[in-house]
Formats: sequence, C-alpha cells, structure tokens
Amino acid sequence: MEHYLELCENPVQFENASSVNNVFFDEANKQVFAVRSGGATGVVVKGPDDKSSVAFRMDDRGEVKCIKFSIGNKILAVQRTLKSVDFINFIPDYPHTEFTQECKTKNASVLGFCWTSWNELVFITDQGIEFYQVLPDKRSLKQLKSQSINVNWYQFCPETAVLLLSTTVQGNVLQPFAFKSGTMSKMSKFEIELPVVPKPAKLSLSERDIAMATIYGQMFVMYLKHHSRTNSPTAEVVLYHLPREGVCKKTHVLKLNTTGKFALNIVDNLVVVHHQSSQVGLYYLYLPLVFDTLYSSSWSVFQPDIIISASEGYLWYLQVKLPPTVNLLQDKGKLMDFLLRRRECKMVILSVCSQILQGGEKGRLPIVATVFDKLNQVYKEYLEAEQSYTAAVESGPSRGSAAPKRPVRTQAVVDQSDMYTHVLSPFTERKGVSHKFIIAVLMEYIRSLNQFQITVQHFLYELVIKTLVQHGRFYMLHQFLQYHVLSDSKPLACLLLSLESTYAPAHQLSLDMLKRLSTANDEIVEVLLSKQQVLGALRFIRSVGGHDNVSSRKFLDAARQTGDQMLFYTVFRSFQQRNQRLRGSPGFNPGEHCEEHVVHFKQLFGDQALIKPSTV
Amino acid sequence: MLMISPRMASGMQEKQYTPSLLNFFVYNPTFGQKEGEEEKKILFYHPSDVEKNEKIRNVGLCEAIVQFTRTFCPTKPAKSLHTQKNRQFFFEPEDNFWIVMVVRNPMIEKPNKDGKPPTVEYQEEEIIDTVYGAVVKQCYSMYKLFNGTFGRQMEAGGVELLIQKLEKFFYRYLQTLHLQSCDLLDVFGGISFFPLDKMTYLKIQSFVNRVEESLSLIKYTAFLYNDQLIWSGLEQDDMRILYKYLTTSLFPRHSEPELAGRDSPLRPEVAGNLLHYGRFLTGPTNLKDPEAKFRFPKIFVSTEDGYEELHLIVYKAMSAAACFMISASVELTRDFCEQLDGLVGPQLTLLASDICEQFTVNRRISGPEKEPQFKFIYFNHMNLAEKSTIHMRKTASVCLTSVHPDLMKILGDINCDFARVDEDEEIIVKAMTDYWVVGKKSDQRELYVILNQKNANLIEVNEEVKRLCATQFNNIFFLD
Repeated sequence: MEHYLELCENPVQFENASSVNNVFFDEANKQVFAVRSGGATGVVVKGPDDKSSVAFRMDDRGEVKCIKFSIGNKILAVQRTLKSVDFINFIPDYPHTEFTQECKTKNASVLGFCWTSWNELVFITDQGIEFYQVLPDKRSLKQLKSQSINVNWYQFCPETAVLLLSTTVQGNVLQPFAFKSGTMSKMSKFEIELPVVPKPAKLSLSERDIAMATIYGQMFVMYLKHHSRTNSPTAEVVLYHLPREGVCKKTHVLKLNTTGKFALNIVDNLVVVHHQSSQVGLYYLYLPLVFDTLYSSSWSVFQPDIIISASEGYLWYLQVKLPPTVNLLQDKGKLMDFLLRRRECKMVILSVCSQILQGGEKGRLPIVATVFDKLNQVYKEYLEAEQSYTAAVESGPSRGSAAPKRPVRTQAVVDQSDMYTHVLSPFTERKGVSHKFIIAVLMEYIRSLNQFQITVQHFLYELVIKTLVQHGRFYMLHQFLQYHVLSDSKPLACLLLSLESTYAPAHQLSLDMLKRLSTANDEIVEVLLSKQQVLGALRFIRSVGGHDNVSSRKFLDAARQTGDQMLFYTVFRSFQQRNQRLRGSPGFNPGEHCEEHVVHFKQLFGDQALIKPSTV
Repeated sequence: MLMISPRMASGMQEKQYTPSLLNFFVYNPTFGQKEGEEEKKILFYHPSDVEKNEKIRNVGLCEAIVQFTRTFCPTKPAKSLHTQKNRQFFFEPEDNFWIVMVVRNPMIEKPNKDGKPPTVEYQEEEIIDTVYGAVVKQCYSMYKLFNGTFGRQMEAGGVELLIQKLEKFFYRYLQTLHLQSCDLLDVFGGISFFPLDKMTYLKIQSFVNRVEESLSLIKYTAFLYNDQLIWSGLEQDDMRILYKYLTTSLFPRHSEPELAGRDSPLRPEVAGNLLHYGRFLTGPTNLKDPEAKFRFPKIFVSTEDGYEELHLIVYKAMSAAACFMISASVELTRDFCEQLDGLVGPQLTLLASDICEQFTVNRRISGPEKEPQFKFIYFNHMNLAEKSTIHMRKTASVCLTSVHPDLMKILGDINCDFARVDEDEEIIVKAMTDYWVVGKKSDQRELYVILNQKNANLIEVNEEVKRLCATQFNNIFFLD
C-alpha cells in the first residue's frame, strides 16, 4: 500500500523522558524542553530548528508543571504550583533573578498559561482568566484585564492568539477570546452538539476531543465526535468555522466509518485523523484516504502537524507525500483542485499533466482543457496580484494605506515556461504521438491562456510553428496566422521569414506582421531590399515618413546590385533630390559613404546627368 | 497606364444575347487512331444529340489546332481559339486527355426594316480568355473532386467506366454552368473567410480537435459560418474546390427550405431533438427514420502520394456548418451517425450562437454598414482569400453583381495585364460611364476598386484608393 504521509527526515532530537528528565512541549514556539532534576542539572530547549536551541540552568524549586518561553525567547515562564507562575528574564543586561506572580482570584487554581506576545500572557484558572503584561526591568507584572468564568479546560491557538475555554457543567459551551497587543476581546460563544446528553449533567466534552486549527487561513474548531453504541456506530470529525467576528457555525462533517481512539493533525491544510487501534486514517476535507503505518502508542500528537515520542526523544513534523495521492482521484479536475492547494505541488502537477498527455484513451482533450483552465486561473490571479503590486509601488506610498505587499508566488503558480519545459516540449518530442494530437494540445493551452487574458510567450508559438513545420502542415500554420492566433511580434515575423524557402507565403505573412507592429519599418525596408524590391522599399519608407532619415547608401547598394541601370538612376536621383530638399544641395555628405556610387553614376550616365547644385 | 474602354452599342429595339455554351467535349487523341475508329477518341460530347460525323469533325479540328500550334511553342499549347461566332477553350488536365469548351460570343440582333432578317453583330472582344479558361479548369476540378482523375477510372474500369462517369457527372453539371455571369471571381476561385476574433476562433479550434479526437474515424474537418470558411483541415487546393461545391451547390440547395416558412412543405422535418439544431446536409435527412440510408457523397482529395477517397459528411446547425471527412474504406453506420449527431449537434449549436453574438457585437462596434462610395474586389493568391463588395449573395442559379458588365469586363482586362508581369503595378482606367476603375497589384495580392466619382481627376482617384487601403486593409502590407 502506498503511503500518503511521512515523518520528516530530520526530527528534532532531545533527551528522552525519564525519572530524572521531564519533557515539555510548547506548541506556540514549537520548542521541546528537557528539564533535568527540576532544572538544577540543566534545561535544554530544542526546535523548531537547530539555531534556536538554548541550554541553561535554574534552581530546583519544586516540580515543574509547565515551562514556556515568551515569543522570541525573551522571558521564560515556569509554573510549579497551582497558585503562581515564576518568570526569568532572558533579555541580555536585565536581571536574571526569578520573580513570581500569584493568580489574583481567591481560591482559584491556575490550570495553565499562554504567552500572547513577547511580554504578555494570560493565566487560565478554574474561575476565569487573567491577562498580564510582564515588566522585565521592574521584575513585576501588570494586570491588563481579567474575566470571571468557570473553566473546565482550555485550548490555545498560537497562530491566531485565540483562547478557547470549556464552560458549563457539561463542558460543551465553548467561549473563545482573542488577544492582540494588550487587548483581550470576547468572541461569541458556541455550543458543541453532544452525541448524548447525560443525566444528571456531568462533564461530557473532553479536551482531547477538541482541537483548534487554521485551514486555508480560516480558524476552525475540530471536534472528534465519538458515537454511543445506540447511535450511528462510527465516529466523525465535526468542523466548526470560527470567524473573527460573527457566529461560529458547523460547516463540515468528516465521517470516519470506524471506531476507536483517534487523534487529529493538520498537514498542509489537510485534516489528518490518526486511528490508534488499527492503522492511521487520513481524511482530507474532500476525500477520505487511508494509509497504514506502524504506530507507536507512546507518540503524542500536537497541533498542527507535530508528533512527539517523549520516550525516544524525537519530535517529527508530519508531511504529506503528494506523488502517491495522484492516483486516488480519477477526476483530474478535482485532482488539480486538490494539488493546487498543496505546498509542494508544482512538480506533482507537472507530472500529472504529462501523465494525462501520455495516456492513449479517447476523450482526453476536454480533460486537458479543464486542467489547463484550472492552472491558468491560479496563474492569472498571481499575475494580477503582481501587476497591482507593481502599480502600487510605482505610484509611490500613499498616506493612510499600508505599504503594498509583494504577492507570494506559491508553487501552485505554474507558468508558461514551467509548462513548456516540463510538459509541452518533451511531449512534442515524444515518438509515436500523432501530430494532430500534439497540435490540439498546444492550441488548447493557447486557448486557455487567451481565455484568461494571459499574454502568450514567444516560445510557445515557436513550439507550435516547429511542430507544424516538422509535419509539413503549412496551410494550418497559415490559417492560424490569418486569424492572429499567433500574436504579432518581431521574433515571430523573423521566424516566418526564415521559413520562406520551404513555404513561400511565409514571406507575405511576415511582411504583414511587421506592418501591423508599426515599429518595424526598418525591418520591412531590409526585407524589401533583400528581395531587390528597391523601389518598393523607397515608396514604403516615404509613405511612413521615414525617407529623410534612411541611409542612402543602403538603397544605392541594393539598386546597383540589381544590375538594372534605370533603377539605379532613379534611386540615385531620388536621393539627390532628398539632399537638395534637406540641405539645399544635391551632393552626398562624406558620412553617407556614397562616393563610389557617385563615381558609378557618372560612369553610366555622365556628369551632366547629376542634379547640379542650384545657384543662389 | 491609362486606357479608355470601348463603348458598347445600345439601341431600343436591339436584342442582346449573352455568351452561351455551344459544345463541351472530352477526348483523347491516342484512342481510336485507326482510320474509321475516330469516334473512339470521344469520351464525352455535349450536346449529345449532335450527329456523329459532326462530333468527329469538331474533335478532329481541335486536335489539329493543338498539334499545329504546338510547333510554335511546344511547352505552352494553345489555350483558346477566337472566331467571329464563338470561342474555343482547350485544356489538357491529364496526359492526352483534352477538355474543350465552345462558347458562343455574345451578340446583338438588329432588326431590319422591310421584313429582312435581322443583322447579327457578334461581339468577339467581350469574352475574356482567362475567365472562361478558369471555368473549364473548374469543371475538371469539380469532376475530379467527386470522381478522381480520368486515369484512375481508366485503371478501375477502362474507357467504358470513364465514359459512364463523365456522362453521369457532366450531364448534370453543365446545366449549372451560367456562362453569362462568369467573371473575375471565377479566375480567382477564391475563398471567402469569415472574420472572427481570436477567442471565438480558438473555441472553434477546440471544438474541431475534440470531435476529431473522440470520433477518430474523422480524418479532416472544415468549418464554415454563413457560407464563409473559418477552418480547413484539408489542403488549400482541395478546400478551394470543396468550398466552391459547398457554396454554389450544396448550401444554396438547402437554404431554400430554411428560408421557407415554418409550415411550408419545403421545410424539412425537424427531428424531435430540442437540445440542438444540428442536421445532416448530406446523408440521412432524418436519423429517426428506420428506412434512413447512411450513404454520403464521396470525394477525392490529394495526399502526399496520390489521392484518397473520403465520405463527405456535411452537418449544419443554424449558420454554422462542419464538414467531416472519413476514409471511404470505412462503412458508415446508423450508430456512428447517431454518435456524431449527439456529440456535434449540441456543441455546434452553441458555437453557432456564440459566433452570431460575436458577429453582432463587432457589427455594432464598427457601426452600421453604409453604402460606400466605392466597390471593390480583393484577392490574395497566397491564401486564396477573396472579398467582394460587388457581388451579391450567390444562389444556386445565379451570381448577381451590382455593377454593369462593362465594368466587370474592365476588371477582367486589368487582371490579364497583371498576369503578364511579375512586378507590382497599378492601373487606373476611366470608363466611358464616368466610373473610375483602379487595379492594384502588390506582391501576391490584387485589389480592384470601382469609384463612382465622375468629376474626380487622376490624382484624386489615386488619393481615394490610398485612403481605402489605409482603412480597409490596414493590417496587411500593401505597397502604395
């Protein structure tokens, strides 16, 4: 069986838990604390990367219940009793001696605490919450706010700084609070539907069955709903969408079709359900997937994507293995929707595209079209964001609005050169594919780009032309150009010129294109002169008003090369007239290097044929 | 270059006769070379009721003329023979196979007083060689489209088969020749392309590719809208003659029932399918009919090494027509036709309304078409694109022009002048009727303009044509 999930290759290693070494994990900073002998023989902090490791000692002042750094490792908070939390400054040049804060509510027990910034934290007690600011220089805390409320247990989402409190006797009314730079705001509470309502009422919602997560930037509360035997026999995961403002709503139900012990993770915006008793089940928001792996009972699961084995001393990040997932969805459109939302998706998407083109079955073009459209939709959104960013930067900073943020280019942005290099170019070179199908696919890609108003890049046109020319389909090419499917450009016009020897009409197509570009008058003159159409070139340059600036030598060279003496005469006289008009004298300037032509002209027609300088 | 056209005589009681077909025959001088077997040379003769000896005499004369003139220029055999009463056109499409068309010159009958028989005045100079020469070539191309080459029939069934095929084809085809309305457009044998924006064009591409992919029997596809070409999977020369057939024969025959009212008996039964308006123009008229025959006309197109025979399926939804071509070696079944109908019908209906919408939008942007001060014919030898504001809609029977035949004649003459030289040139003619006629040739393109400005001088006319080029032809390279 294929594996769709894997543990990262380089886990964070720490000293395994033992009778002398206690291990703690802080979800906010993703740090593992190994506390030896209450800290007296050392505290080692590891993760999430090697650089952020810290080691220190602290006095053993009782058993440590909880230990966490504030954001940025500025202040360390240690809870040893149910009444108070101790603090140690880690800011250089500040006194290192510990200081203590007792909870202010009488007879309350501190359930825990959460840092909300580098110097603000909230105590959660069984009777409410207390929000403090730490003043490290004064080695004291200032209470910012507090709220009285009976609390069974709590959960904290560090990414959004939202605290979720379980209240009421049954514990299923959840009260969220949001924290932001010194302020604490109460969000609207909501109730989790319990599978059975117990009588008499007792605590029925366990904190183990609730997890908070951010999925596609939205906050969700996930509830693992275990059904009683009488009800539907299998468990399910219920998702509640928790918006910053407004009411929390139940939005998704993921049926697990099995029972037992579960744990939840979020990996790359996918909901992962671990099934401890048998295998590990993986559930996406859209599709159920199962994979199996050896699963140790000593592992603990942390949000969003962390698995820790305290006994072995490892911290892993869970990763989605995308390549095997491509076979799970037959509908390629849905597969693209799925892949486009994954972090490491680009190479997988490109290989799926190649795979679709490889197959031999009929009816592939509509699928190809759908896939191209989905890719180009994302591509276009990125291009637009990039464009408005550039526009904002160019217009300069405006008062009142934040500095423009450069749009992030995710892997889901698959541009034309990605497609060219990894999909289309290898595809056109593959043997045994009918040229009809190759051209159909290329045209489909161009159609899709046009539909999203994305400018098609030259190399794609080149590929189309190369393919058509290779198979001698010149008339097809002609028709595409006739309807401007291949947009005008100088490189394209030059490419066409190079085809003239194999396909004569390419000459006309090229000239037309140069004409439409209206910035290619010099090229038109060159083309006409190379065809010995000297008069044509002269008439053209006159009609576009460029006659005064062209090099007379170039024209005279071409006229002389034709061997047509009358033509040479005409062109020569025409430039003499130009000189007369521009400079009041028919002679050529030395810079024009026409001396040899003057000599030639005199030889052919004699001195008297020259226009004489008019006498003033 | 300035020319003055001769003025044609006109009188109240005079009777004018247009050019008409006198004879049309096909012969091969290598057949029946023995004395007394001359008749064997004749493969087809129109009119068939001509006495045998006259047929032999006429064919013999042509043979002699061709032989005789060959001595002057072996590489370029005679193309036509001018006589007072008629003009003969010779064409050798395949080795030793000759097609000859004899056209009676137009004439004027002047009544005579005193009961004398009227005087007939033949207008020998009114007929243009290139126009009727092109008509003969077209006859052959059309024959070849539906039957393949003469040589092919000789191989398949000997001279008997060839004679049979010629008879069958030309008997009907010659009736549709309207020699009086042949003109410059016959020389060009061009294709009118439907103007279309890039996106809609790409949609059509996508449609054609999808149909060809899912119905892989289909070898080639052509797509037309409003009798104008949008896409051809066939090579240019084959498309040229197929286009001629579609627009002058097949479509006009089918448009008449369409134009007829809803309850008219002419209107074909619309199949019970409300999802689309698609129907077969060739093959079965009604798929639901249990008696329906799934036979399609067969055509011959060129391949790299000779010819291939194809079924021609023409399928139409509203103004959009798609031609699908399938190797004749495959037998087409009801099943296939139903599959095609089910796949193509809805998509083609949708495309047709898309194109129609685009077309109307573009029209609205460019403003209502005003009757311009000038009329023109444009032709590009490279892609065979032709555009005429002189010709009205073609019908099965006639091709109407909106200008006097005299002017058409001038256009034809200018075209002949152009054909004589390779270089670009421009010819301006003042016609007797105060019209100005301008011909321009730039690279492979020809443009003919008729201006109705009697007081204009040469310079003004020149300026006017420049303006026309700048507005109507600004996206192509046209030398001034």
